[in-house]
Amino acid sequence: MTDLATPSKVTFAEPPSSPDRRVRRTGTAARRVRSAVTSALKHAGLVLFGFVMLYPLLWMLASSIKPNALIFREPGLIPSDVDLSNYTDGWSALLHPFSRYLINSAIVVLGCVLGNLVSCSLAAYAFARLRFRGRNFWFAIMLMTIMLPIHVIIVPQYVMFSRLEWINTFLPLIVPKLLATDAFFIFLMVQFFRGIPRELDEAARIDGAGHVRIYWQIMMPLALPALATTAIFTFIWAWNDFFSQLIFLTKPDMYTVPIALRTFVDSTGESSWGALFAMSIVSLIPVFLVFLFGQKYLVKGIATTGIK
Amino acid sequence: MSSVIQEVASTRRAASERRKGDGRMAALFLAPWFAGLFLITAGPMAASLYLSFTDYDLLTAPAWVGFDNYVRMFEDPRLLTSLQVTFTYVFVSVPLQLAAALALALVLDKGMRGLALYRSVYYLPSLLGGSVAIAILWRQIFGADGLVNQVLALVGIEGTGWVSHPDHALNTLIILNVWTFGAPMVIFLAGLRQIPRMYYEAASIDGAGPIRQFWSITVPMLTPIVFFNLVLQLINAFQNFTQAFVVSGGNGGPADSTLLYTLYLYRKGFADLDMGYASAMAWFLLLIIGGMTLVNFLASKYWVHYDD
Repeated sequence: MTDLATPSKVTFAEPPSSPDRRVRRTGTAARRVRSAVTSALKHAGLVLFGFVMLYPLLWMLASSIKPNALIFREPGLIPSDVDLSNYTDGWSALLHPFSRYLINSAIVVLGCVLGNLVSCSLAAYAFARLRFRGRNFWFAIMLMTIMLPIHVIIVPQYVMFSRLEWINTFLPLIVPKLLATDAFFIFLMVQFFRGIPRELDEAARIDGAGHVRIYWQIMMPLALPALATTAIFTFIWAWNDFFSQLIFLTKPDMYTVPIALRTFVDSTGESSWGALFAMSIVSLIPVFLVFLFGQKYLVKGIATTGIK
Repeated sequence: MSSVIQEVASTRRAASERRKGDGRMAALFLAPWFAGLFLITAGPMAASLYLSFTDYDLLTAPAWVGFDNYVRMFEDPRLLTSLQVTFTYVFVSVPLQLAAALALALVLDKGMRGLALYRSVYYLPSLLGGSVAIAILWRQIFGADGLVNQVLALVGIEGTGWVSHPDHALNTLIILNVWTFGAPMVIFLAGLRQIPRMYYEAASIDGAGPIRQFWSITVPMLTPIVFFNLVLQLINAFQNFTQAFVVSGGNGGPADSTLLYTLYLYRKGFADLDMGYASAMAWFLLLIIGGMTLVNFLASKYWVHYDD
């Protein structure tokens, strides 16, 4: 029992092969073996669990290059017969080639990302650095809008945008982002700006810089991690967004990837899973790439603010 | 010399500005946000409250009907079904999702080898889970000839068409939501890392074993994070839409078994053009989410431990 008092940290921190340790702790060889076995079992369990979790995705990838009939017979990952025609079939299965929907989605996503970066950082600068009457009041209002379900505003928005004849344009999806309605990112940036030492902007002020210059030349470069987090999450959310795109885009010319996929699944039903899977894989690639290269910011973003 | 004068002048200016506050600057920086708040959020919110007391089909002017829509809601059997479906979905999937997140976070803590890799693998479904592509995949794997039944057939069990069976369809959506436990897991991991090491060191010097340490240090220190995740995931789950829409082909079937509240709201507003009713439903949703969050905060006094 007294031996346990040495923190368990030690057993984790050092690899058991350290010779110095072996001399010191010959008496605990049995325990060392046991802990190595436990650790190996734990890793085996975690790997297995991860594999089971990702299996559906891997299987979809494998099935996207199988002939249709095999999708219903082969639960395994290695295709017994490879057929790449799913991708060509899927690409041209709808009214427009799939590239059209990818481009539409890319336009929407780009607009949303730029909109959020500019508008949210401007608002965040005001909340973090400027003094003005009612600041706390407006800040509280801003926080409250984060949790507002979109359903409470979607009907009048639809009415408004249809009066403006914006239905079947990308404006209803992009303009709100230009107006900082994703308050979540304002909050994220306010938190980040508050962490930047005030001495930096004080110094700039003494050198005669105004707020616009401090915002642009000091805060923005220093806030790159927060901007990256914002860009990445906006990208993923806008790319995956279905609800508002379903409502505002009804003409096939303007379909984005999610809407196109949904039309695809409804029109072909269960008959062409291979092509459906192929296009689903295509639709996941951008998110997957962002995930691969932006992991650091993703993890930091969720850890500090709790976004999905 | 002149630069000294300039400097003095500008510091003076800065000082006097500081005394006055930065009202005009703030107005400039907040202009997009204010525009968004009034035009995209608050204005439509007020309009939807008004519309909820009217009969409105988008084509003719709204006609005032008082509380009719709200009264109709409680006589509408489909609405009551959708509430029941939504509550089942939320209150089954969120606890399971959080339990999985917490369990994995506890296993992954302790600075084990490969932590970053495991974290990424488990987190990936959170990014993809809301997409149409994954909903399509779910529709296949839980279909009559889907992956799940193929695997079951290997062990001699004959499964049913899970998504087309009223008793099981909702469960497939619950599984999908649990599958996205990665995001709360990352938050748990961050929370675990914030527990000061010295607590554990002090406890082990006092002779507390790992189990005692878990219940007396880890659990209480983690309750604020559990609370945070709970509030967040409940609010999110109430608003889920895409998966139910795609898996059920847009109608919440079979036999309304996946008719989530948001899906019914969408059908009322944008398929039946009963926009007054849809607005009333939206306000009722806001009431449910707000009330639930309030109850959560009140109850937190009894189980959330704040270290101060």
